[in-house]
Order: sequence, then structure tokens, then C-alpha cells
Amino acid sequence: MAIETPLKGFIGESIKRKEDDRFIRGKGNYVDDIVLPGMLHMAILRSPFAHARIHSIDTTAAQALPGVVAVVTGKLLEQHKLAWMPTLSGDTQAVLATDKVRFQGQEVACVIATDPYVARDALPLIDVGYEVLPAVVDPSKALEPGAPVIRDEKEGQTSNHIYHWEAGNKGKTDDAFAKADRVVSLETFYPRCHPSPVETCGIVADVNPATGHATLYMTSQAPHAHRTLFAIVAGLPEQNIRIVSPDIGGGFGNKVPIYPGYVVATAASLLIGKPVKWVEDRSENLISTGFARDFHMKGEMAMRNDGRILGIRVKLLSDNGAFYADAQPTKFRAGLFHIVTGSYDIPAAHVVADGAYTNKAPGGVAYRCSFRVTEASYLIERLVETAAIELDQDPAELRVKNFIQPDQFPYKSATGFEYDSGQYEKALRLALDKVGYDELRKEQAEKRKKGELMGIGIASFTEVVGAGPGKHYDIAGLRMFDSAELRVHPTGKAILKLGVKSQGQGHETTFAQIVTEELGIPAADVEVQEGDTDNTPYGLGTYASRSTPVGGAATAMVSRKLRDKAKKIAAHLLEASEADIDFDHGKFFVRGSPSKSKTIQDVAFAAYTNLPDGMEAGLEGVTYYDPPNMTFPFGTYLVVVDIDRGTGQVKVRRMVAVDDCGVRINPMIVEGQIHGGLAEGFGIAFMELITFDEEGNCLGSNFTDYLLPTSWETPKFETYETVTPSPHHPIGAKGVGESATVGSPAAFVNAVIDAVGHLGIKNIDMPVTSDKVWTALKEAGAAE
Amino acid sequence: MNRSITATVNGEKVSTEVEPRLLLVHFIRERLRLTGTHIGCDTSHCGACTVLLDGVPVKSCTVLAVQADGRQLTTVEAIGAGQLHPIQKAFKEEHGLQCGFCTPGMMLSSFALLADNPDPTEEEIRWALSGNICRCTGYMNIVKAVRSAAVQMKQAAAVPAGAVAGS
Amino acid sequence: MLPAPFDYHAPETTEETLALLDQLGDEGKVLAGGQSLIPMLKLRFASPGHLIDINRVQGLDFLDERDATLRIGPLFRHKAAERSSLLASRYPVMAEAARQVADPIIRNRGTIGGSLAHADPAGDWGSVMLAMDAEFVLRSKGGSRNVKARDFFSGPFGTTLQPNELLAEIHIPATRGRSGGAYMKLERKVGDFATVGVAVHLQMDDGKVRSAGIGLTAVGPQNIKAEKAEAALRGQALDDATIKEAAALAAAAADPTSDQRGSVEYKRNVVRVFTERGLKRARDRAREGARG
Repeated sequence: MAIETPLKGFIGESIKRKEDDRFIRGKGNYVDDIVLPGMLHMAILRSPFAHARIHSIDTTAAQALPGVVAVVTGKLLEQHKLAWMPTLSGDTQAVLATDKVRFQGQEVACVIATDPYVARDALPLIDVGYEVLPAVVDPSKALEPGAPVIRDEKEGQTSNHIYHWEAGNKGKTDDAFAKADRVVSLETFYPRCHPSPVETCGIVADVNPATGHATLYMTSQAPHAHRTLFAIVAGLPEQNIRIVSPDIGGGFGNKVPIYPGYVVATAASLLIGKPVKWVEDRSENLISTGFARDFHMKGEMAMRNDGRILGIRVKLLSDNGAFYADAQPTKFRAGLFHIVTGSYDIPAAHVVADGAYTNKAPGGVAYRCSFRVTEASYLIERLVETAAIELDQDPAELRVKNFIQPDQFPYKSATGFEYDSGQYEKALRLALDKVGYDELRKEQAEKRKKGELMGIGIASFTEVVGAGPGKHYDIAGLRMFDSAELRVHPTGKAILKLGVKSQGQGHETTFAQIVTEELGIPAADVEVQEGDTDNTPYGLGTYASRSTPVGGAATAMVSRKLRDKAKKIAAHLLEASEADIDFDHGKFFVRGSPSKSKTIQDVAFAAYTNLPDGMEAGLEGVTYYDPPNMTFPFGTYLVVVDIDRGTGQVKVRRMVAVDDCGVRINPMIVEGQIHGGLAEGFGIAFMELITFDEEGNCLGSNFTDYLLPTSWETPKFETYETVTPSPHHPIGAKGVGESATVGSPAAFVNAVIDAVGHLGIKNIDMPVTSDKVWTALKEAGAAE
Repeated sequence: MNRSITATVNGEKVSTEVEPRLLLVHFIRERLRLTGTHIGCDTSHCGACTVLLDGVPVKSCTVLAVQADGRQLTTVEAIGAGQLHPIQKAFKEEHGLQCGFCTPGMMLSSFALLADNPDPTEEEIRWALSGNICRCTGYMNIVKAVRSAAVQMKQAAAVPAGAVAGS
Repeated sequence: MLPAPFDYHAPETTEETLALLDQLGDEGKVLAGGQSLIPMLKLRFASPGHLIDINRVQGLDFLDERDATLRIGPLFRHKAAERSSLLASRYPVMAEAARQVADPIIRNRGTIGGSLAHADPAGDWGSVMLAMDAEFVLRSKGGSRNVKARDFFSGPFGTTLQPNELLAEIHIPATRGRSGGAYMKLERKVGDFATVGVAVHLQMDDGKVRSAGIGLTAVGPQNIKAEKAEAALRGQALDDATIKEAAALAAAAADPTSDQRGSVEYKRNVVRVFTERGLKRARDRAREGARG
């Protein structure tokens, strides 16, 4: 029988995940699994109204219920200066409402009890006197003069306007439009959706009253940043705060912000002297935590009749809810929306964005997307589809005509990005080939003759991920670098500690493989640790597809640092000059005589036992990596749909995805990331929606209304790759977590519009539900 | 009024007093400290809390603990007791999990499916797992894992018992 | 979300159950599959003082066909219906509905009887029962009465079931001759309530419709029996024109409201489209076989 050589985990090897052994046995350790002695349970009373003044809160009856330990109100927090907290965008957010409630589901009071059931029983016993105020739910109306001012507690805030931001060049763009043969325009709304990881948010706060040390087990995608913010909010000395982010049951951006529940549980633990657990239920998660998108977009493209795009002009209005709480770099109020020129060589661009307060939950705004990149990608890809229909050109060829060419990289975009690398046409051609594009177009033409509706949608997206560099990008002032600390022990086994934090992405495996590649230590011998702020170097966390571009780069760099030292030790062991030592796959050898070699394990042992004179013992180091630029993953997604004219139902027949995320460290994991992103993109395109009625009641407050696709609806995905390394990343990787969510919604919607565009239907906003499709067909006189 | 119940959980008899309103999932997680069974929603949609009640998958957030009196309960912890079950192996081999939160429920639904239908098609797998939500994998590799487990289990069953004992 | 406190009873016989129902009156609530009731308790939309769990009563999970009647017990679960070869071969409308109720795990536990007593206007079984002209046996301590499905439902979540009564048995006239059926359901995803559902049950004699049943889901305050459409089919050969006419009558019988699932016009159209498709499917099935 042939013996297979076990994979060591070099880059490009799909080794199985190290983390799986605990998960498949039910031995993961999530926040809700943590139980501490004497632990109390917290439940939150939330506002039933979107906008109301609070006249009184009577907690007497709740406090009298056996098992209730305390009832916390905003008034109590005010005494400790904790009623308000800063948001990630430099705004403030109520921890517990004192003056007004500003969205349905806002935190009003908390019950701390010995049992979670009792904590729930006490909530209806709290009597809150509300005076209902008119709710502002439409961001355009919010900006009209005379609209009720939601944030009237803020000094100088006389309207609901939050920010105004521009990018690109207005003059050049106006010129481009003046020269254009025609203008293609699209007004579209990217609706509010929600990351909804299957695990909700939660905390076990354990503040030791004797020492003041706070250990906070939290669902945090960014434990270090959260610790710093906690220090600032709670006024606790930072060294006394330890945040432990254990296993996380999915994040997708939902676990980036700091939520009032975390703060109250911590304050309650401090005041009561016992650990306090708070774990959201699903409705709380949906109605109050970081939503995504909610972006009104108007895009126009100046075009020549031959299909060349000369310029793009965009006007945006973001609905930020009652508190401006985006996780967003400070300088970029609409995030990285200026990636809106996409994969195309568009000489002029101008983006204008405004933000408005409304009586809705605050963001977030992330959902597997780095800072508004999804919205931008959606707009440009929908615009190109619109142009293809209006110019009667093939949407694939129209794209090719406008793509940035491989020899144009590094490419400076009209809005100021410097794209690192790309081969857009190659990815598109591969997708067309795999799907059998020409045949499908023939089939479509045949079907159309018979009155059947079939569509082929394309999205050739480019996204921008991996923030920093720190001089441009920050979260709440904290520069966006990231870190890795590597310690190789005498037996050649290693521990790698990171400032990022996995929520399912497989860091324990992927980052070990980077060490394998750089040092030759098998991945199985590299233990990866994340999430404990006492035990890992400072970093900004995992979101915006930044772990591999930044944390991965830090891992490569720290490994190289150790390799340099190891080389010196190897030279000493081999009695050769360092300049004559070569390194390959974990072996140091003297150039020209490969038989004279030492393994990394030999060297590691020597680092503690047999060092050259004058060298410090040990083999460890730490690197803080500030990327020189972002990375620009890209790809082409192709979707084939069939539409039922009687019911408007859209059936996704095929979904072909070509992704180029540069070098793939563990192809199996990369593909898994793409599958997940495509499914979430499918959900966003067709069913996921949080909306509100005129009174600001949230429609979408549980999984009965907020629809997540199951295995049955989710299409099968056919995935392919091209590889264009990032020239500035140490191992050429670009990050992949979000590509599929960024790129796929436009492909799905374009497929629908491709099926019905000839009927004069130009746009159907997401989610593209069957009733919307049927209604559009009806208006076009084409429904059954 | 509390009630006393006796259930067989993962092969062991457990007797205790419970409040009638206690949900089975809390009994499993909080009382028995079997935390492999998770909670993901309030409305019986996500399936993260799936366990086997007398061998049949149920959402343990939608069953009362008192209803388990006299019944057999199987949680993820029992599937992998001793050596890994082919379903567990296949989930790892085929990358059928990412964050791991839906995984126990997903594996238990798969377990019941394969007990019932040892050779399911991809369609049948997708249909059978449609009561369990996963946000990470897009279901592709979960379906693959269940197919692969089916093949493994079939092969294992085809090996004569003596051959196993002798190996 | 956690339920408020309640008392729990687990009777072991139907008599015991009826005695408890009698004694507890409005405060008592029967727990069958619990797949609608328990979520309602958790969300505290319902807080009965007492739950009467009938899962320990033996012999309530039956399905049998005798004396020209298909009889279904109150603990007959959706999954059992989905798997029943009797239903698959002779009552396709039931088999099809069964596999579309909620999701596979819910179906393991939920019961047809519980679903009917819950009387959600978006529930699937009510329409099926209306299409099949079912009759419900409602038992109380004092006696028993039979109520036709069409007289059972009274608005959203409302029935003529009295607090002291148990939906003890479902009776469906057994099919005779060539028959066919279909359950058409539009849902946004697995586990969603129907946007629109249409149940069709046909019995044919010599190529003509002997009886036709059409029930509508989620397009009114309760499940609707499209009686005019049924009448228009009776005695007719099922040509396309007749089917179209019946479909239009079914659409007219629908009384939907606009919501996130769609507009009134949309839902009514789906009723029309589904009635048409469902009738065709039922007709084809009746032709193919299914002789009773």
C-alpha cells in the first residue's frame, strides 16, 4: 500500500483545520459556555417605541421579585458617568436611555438576577413612562427642515445631518460628463441587512472587587481595540482589563462594535462584585446590534457611444440610525466607497456622501464587507449592466472594453487608490468559459422567443481590503496595523500569537502554515493563539478582510526575523560563514554541500543550548506590521437564473465564481470562505431585509421575518481561481473573506435584470423578492 | 411546581427536578453542562440546538425539559465518544464547518438522515438539512461531508465483522 | 426569550386529558407537537396557566383508512404524513403538504391536529382539510361532536373548539375511483410561512369531476374553501378552459392583505396561477393511476 507523505502545511497545501477537532466533538468554548462561580444573569428592557421621551422609570416591582439582585437604569449609570459611551465613529451612544429613546429596541434598563428566567420575568415589571414622539424613518425626510431633531441632547446639533464627505475631482468629472455621448444613470437603494452570525453577542463580565481587575469574556472581533475603548469609557486602568474573546460563532462584522450590554454587565459586575453574564437573544441581536448598508445611491456614468466609460458621478445618503456608530476609518466617512470605479479605467470620478440620523438602530454597517466596499461594488456593477442594456452591448464585452489593463498596475484610480495588481479580463474569460457563456446566450434568445425568462448576470468586482496603512486608516484613532509574536521552543515547536481574532476563518491553521512556509516547522507543531489581550500582542482585530493581508504579513515578517537569527545559529553549528548558509523547507545547509545541514528543530534546540558567543538565548520575536498599501482582490461572478412569470420566483440555475485573492495559503479554507460569502450574498440579494414601518417599528426582528437562506434555497457554487499575487504583501496574499459578499449581490441582481431588461425593466432593488419581480413584470405587461 | 424527571442522556441515567417551563436546551446546557448544544434563535429556525430525542432530531429550544422524562437524549458529545464517527471525520475532511456553532446540530441532523437513508443524493441532503442554518459555509462542504460520510459508512458496513476484529 | 411560569400536566389517557380540560377551562392549553405553542410561550405571546401535554397518551398517533374514512389521530406528526405510503399513493395533497410544512426538524415533532387547533391562517393543513372536506371529532368530558372543517375555523387563530374540548380525531372521506391532488406552496425559504398555498383534491368519474376540493392558505383571516371554484368544476371534464375559470374563481375567493410577502394583487394572482397548476397536476395524477 502506498504511504502518503503527510502534508506539513506549506503554502498552497489544503491541510485540514486544527481547530476542527474541538468543534466536531462539541468542545468549542463560546461565551455562553462560560460559567463562573456565583455568576448572575442580566436581561435588558428595551424600548417599544422608536422615538419617545422618558418621563419616569419605576423599578420597585421588578426589584421586589425574588431572585432579582439589581435593576440598573440610565440614572444609576449617570452617577458613574456611564450613561453615554463613545462610538467607533466619534459620536456618542446612550448605554441606557436617560432622556429619550431613539430607536425601537434601545436599551432602557437592565435586570440582574440569579437566574436568566427570573431576569426575564422582571422585565415586564419595570414601569416606564413614555411620551411618544414622531419617529423619523426616512433619511431624506430626516434632513428636511423642520424634521424632529433626534439628537437634541448634543450641543449644537440642530438637524439630523451627520456628515458630508467627498472624494475624487468634481471639475474633471463635470468635464467628462460634458464630453459624453450619453449618460447612464441608476438610482438604487442597498437596503438594511444584518450579519446575523448564528451565535449572538454576549459577555461574561468578571470584575474582582478587591483588585479592580476586570476579566471580560466577550464576543469580540477586536479584543485589543475593545480593551482600549473600555479603558476610556469605564475609566479603568487598561492594564487591569483583560478581554478574552473565546471561540466565536461567526462575526461578519456584527462583533466589531461595543454594545451597551457589554458596558452594563461590566458596570454591574463592578458594583455587585459578582460575575455577570449577558447573552442576547436573536431579536435583541437583530433590532439593536450592528446592521449593514442602508445606503441610498444615485450613480451616473458619462459614456461614449462605443461603450467607453469617461466618468462617474455618485451621490450617496446613508441612514445611520440614531447614533453614528459605523466602524469606519476616521478620515473616510463613507468608508472606502471611493472604490466605486471598480475594475474599470475611468478617468474621472466624483463621490458626494451625506449621513443622516433616523430613529433606527445604530450600525455597524459591516456585514462581511470592508467599509462600504460592497455598496460601491454593487453600484458600479449595476451601472455597467444598465449601460449594457441601454447601449445594447454584451455586458461581458462592455466590461472588457473598460477594464484596467494588466500593464497599468500599479494603477492610480480617479478617487485616489493605488491598485496593487490585477488581471481582470483573465478572470472574466475563465468565468465565461466555465459557464459556457455563448451557449447560454443562444439558449436565452431561444427562450425569449417562447416568452420564457432567463438571465445571465455578471459582476467583475474589485475590492479593497487589508487596512492600514496606519497613517491613513484608523478605528477610533487607533492606527490599523497588526501584529504577530512567535516563540520557537527548544524542541522546535512554536507558539504564534496574533492581534487578530478568528470567528471561523481558520486562523489556527492558516497562520501556522505561514510559519511552516517561512521556517519549515510543520503546521501541526505551531500553536496559534488569539483573543486574549493579556497574552497576545496589540492589534486591531479581524474584519474588513484584514487578517491575512496584515496579521498574515506580520506572521511572515516575524518568521523571517527568527529565520535570520536561526541562520546565524545554523552557521555556528555547521561551522560555516553565515553568508554561505542557504535555507530551504526547514533546512539550513552550506551552499554547495546539501548533505551538511541542520534542521530548524536542531537550530531551535541550539538557540537554548549552544549559541554563538555574544548571542542572546532564545528564538522569539514580535512584529508590528503596517502595510504599505491596501490589497485589491478581484474576480468575476456569473449567475444564471430562470424566472417564473406566474409567481415571479427566481431560480438560480448556475453560479460560477472566479476569485483572485493573490496567493492562496490554504486553498481549502479559501474556497470555504468564498462559499460562505456567496451564500450570504445570495441571502442579501434575495431575502435578507430589515425594514421599518412608518412608526419606526422594526420589521425583521427575528428569523421569522429576517430570512436566512437554508441549504435548500442556496444555490450550488462552482468556484475557480486565478492567481495574481499582491506585489507588496510578503507572501503575495490579498485577503478573501469578503470578496464573495462584495461581488455576488450585483451578479444575482444583474442576472434578474438581464432576464427582464428587454421588457423595459431597469431596476429591482434588493432583496429581489418574487412579488417585486412579478409586479415589475406586470407593469411591463409580461406577467402570467 | 417543580417536577422530577429521569432521562437517559448519552447513555447515562439522569434524575433531577425541573421547573416545567425550563426548555430542554437549557436543561442540557446549564444543568448537564453539555455545552456542545447551542442556541442561535428564539423562534425554532436555526437548528443550532438540535439533539436527538429517542433518536429523532428535535430543536431542543422547542421542547420542554419535562417532556424528556423517560426518554433517550443524544447530544453531540455522545457522537464522538471514543473514536470519531464517520460524520465527524467527514465534516473535518471536507471542511464542512468554519465557526463550529451550527456544527453539532448539523451533524445530528446528518446522523439521523443517514440512519434513515444511507445513500442520499445531494438534493436529499439539502432537503434534510434545511432546518439547520449555517452562515459560514454556504452549505457546499456540508453537503459534501454528508455524502462522504455516507460512502465511508457504507464501506465500513460492507467489511465483515471478523475482518474488523482481526485488524 | 424564555417562557413565563406555568403548571404542567402529563395525562396518560384521553379520559384524564378530558377531565383536565374540563377542570382547567380557559387556563388549560393542550400541548401536542408544541412547535407553534412553545415559541409563542417563549415570546410570551401566550401565557397559559397550565399545559396539558398529550404526548404520553398512548394510541393518539394513528392513521388508518377504514369504513370509507381516513382517520387521523391528534398526535399524528407531519413527518409520519410525509413518510406514509398510504398518503403518497392515495392522498397526494396530504403527502405534498406534509413535506412542505415548516422544516424537517419541526416536522419530526409537530402534529397535524396541533396545527389545525392552532388555526394559523398561514397554516397548511387547514387548507388541505377544507379541500378534502374533512370533519373533526371534538371530544369533551361530557361527550363528542363532529364539526366540518368549513365550520371549524373562525378567523385568525380562532376555531369553534371549546376550551374543554380536544381535537380527538380527523375524519376524511376516503377517495374512491380515480383521484388526484396537489399542494402548491409559495414560501420565501424553507421554514417560512406560506405567502400563498393552494390545496387541490380531485375525484373523477369517467373523465369528469365527481368532486373537487380547493383550499387556500395565507390569503385571508383563515384558511379559505374556494367553494365557487369547486362548484364550477363539479361534473366537468377538466379541459384548460374549465381549469382557467375555476382558477379565476379561486382567486376571487381569496381575501389577502398586503405585507412583506407581497401585495393583494400579487397574492391573488399566485392563487390563480397555483390553482391552475395544481388542478392540472391533480388531473394528471388522477389519470395516471391512484384508483381507490
